[in-house]
Amino acid sequence: MPPTTPPPAGQSPAALAMFLAFVAATLVITWYSARKSSGAGAYFAAGRRITGWQNGLAVAGDYMSAASFLGIAGMIALNGYDGFMYSVGFLVAYLTVLFIVAEPLRNAGKYTMADVLAYRLKPRPVRALASLSTLTVSLFYMIAQMVGAGTLVRQLLPGVPYQIAVIGVGILMVVYVVFGGMLATTWVQIIKAILLMTGSIFLSVLVMQKFNFSFSEFFQALTAISSTLPDGTTVTRNFLTPGLIFKNPWDQISLGMALVFGTAGLPHILIRFYTVPDAKTARASVVWAMVIIGLFYIMTTFFGFGAAALLGPDYIGQHGGTNMAAPELARVLGGEIFFAFISAVAFATILAVVAGLTISASTSFAHDFFTNVIHHGKPHRPGEEVTVARITAFVVGAISIVIAIILGPEVNVAFLVGLAFAVAASANLPVIIFSIFWKRFTTRGAIAGLSVGLVSSILLIAVSPDFMGPDAWFKLKNPALVSIPLGFLAAWLASLTSREPSAEAMFHEFQVRSVTGLGSEKASPH
Amino acid sequence: MASSPEPDPHPNPPDSPAPDWSAIEADPDFRALLKAKLRFIIPATIIFVVYYFALPILVGWFPEMMSKPILGAANGAYLFALSQFFMAWILAFIYVAAAAGWDKRAAAVLKKFRF
Repeated sequence: MPPTTPPPAGQSPAALAMFLAFVAATLVITWYSARKSSGAGAYFAAGRRITGWQNGLAVAGDYMSAASFLGIAGMIALNGYDGFMYSVGFLVAYLTVLFIVAEPLRNAGKYTMADVLAYRLKPRPVRALASLSTLTVSLFYMIAQMVGAGTLVRQLLPGVPYQIAVIGVGILMVVYVVFGGMLATTWVQIIKAILLMTGSIFLSVLVMQKFNFSFSEFFQALTAISSTLPDGTTVTRNFLTPGLIFKNPWDQISLGMALVFGTAGLPHILIRFYTVPDAKTARASVVWAMVIIGLFYIMTTFFGFGAAALLGPDYIGQHGGTNMAAPELARVLGGEIFFAFISAVAFATILAVVAGLTISASTSFAHDFFTNVIHHGKPHRPGEEVTVARITAFVVGAISIVIAIILGPEVNVAFLVGLAFAVAASANLPVIIFSIFWKRFTTRGAIAGLSVGLVSSILLIAVSPDFMGPDAWFKLKNPALVSIPLGFLAAWLASLTSREPSAEAMFHEFQVRSVTGLGSEKASPH
Repeated sequence: MASSPEPDPHPNPPDSPAPDWSAIEADPDFRALLKAKLRFIIPATIIFVVYYFALPILVGWFPEMMSKPILGAANGAYLFALSQFFMAWILAFIYVAAAAGWDKRAAAVLKKFRF
């Protein structure tokens, strides 16, 4: 039942007004945070005074990217059930974060993931590689978001060219991070999470209203969705049937591994656990995040399948394609104002994620590389670490703007996000797990695990179908199925071939600290 | 570090020496706490990994079976995917309940060593 008179595309002053309102609100927050922030603990970890529910919202805001909001909605709207599989993996991933990583990280570390790895091992080589892996993950993920932002803004506000949109997003994220630090980033993410949840709930209610709030009517409608194939014939498919686009189950398993084991290695998610006072609050914040993230991904049922049933794949294909399914659904169900709101939400979503990525990259460079690798962790001029982080944020912003503009709006960036998760899962997670649980883990093991995980995932992506087309040497779209075991194996074998008595001796201290929180970084006083 | 040491809102007594990590680690109560945590985390991780990967495996290799309608038009594939959300939430809440007990035991160990 697609509507017969589509509203004119674009030219939405309401959307522009809501974009600007969001930007103004976030700049006020940044200004306020800049006045409050002083010192490294404040800049990198928001003074460790974020509460459990606040950090839960911020983790959710850091995590739910435009790829999940617009991308999953679009995949479900065009091809049904298979897209929903992504939704599942994105939530289940948080069990790895909760069970294995969040609390030891908070108790044993200071600002970055590498703090945990370097606790017992030789800090310089380990931090240098961990920083490289962090920068790689952040940059790949960020470029994907920036290209997405550019194309999105171009579709939502047709007057704005791609380059201007990319530069605008880049400047905003640098401003948040350079002036407002972790505190401003956190509040941008919290506001974004609230906006995204509000928009998703409204959209879901409007969809279900069309089905008289009857789930059986809703699911019944999904069993017969008509669409036109490229050759012009019309097919009617049951959109609840698996396998409409994903034909190779190994692809699904590999992707699932990247999601479920990669999230716990994503630097921009991990550093959020340093912003809370203690491990107990870190734990609470994971649970808050899981409630919000879970509800959001369940709602992709309503706006993804809802777009399929109410608009139909053909309508979506003619009105902006995959990424515009959710905004177009909002336009048809709620009019121009709701379209503007959902568009502004999508924009806020991108900004919050890129801000989180920028601060994680710059924190890692300043804390791991500058302070601990170049300066051997010895005291140097006060405030220098923060200054270096600010400069890094600026550089990271500039690099991603330039790369996003060079790649241009037409490039397929989906593989960059998959790569970010795969690197996080293959390089970061094995060494984090061995650091926490294995006494015999050595510096050589960490170096081997980080490098093999990083290099194998990048190489396998380079010879995958996304890069080489149908004749690719490596048949899976995501390398995780192979690269994660390689990362673990390399870290394990290299540890076995070396002995590091100092690291073994420190294991007692590490265990006591990670389990009890004795000696962990405290929140700054008010 | 460049950062000035942050004032500690819960200071130990000023004369307290550096923690004797090995003594705490060797403490039977601490050993028992470590064991208890692993006894939870390892099986819980295995459960969620098996439950999660059952989804792509069943959907990928048994699509006909998973496509059978179960609740109205909703089929096994959708309902099993939906159940994953509840599986994750339930395991998370069980973990939090168990962890509250570990917090108490950790505090008791630290108290024994006057921290």
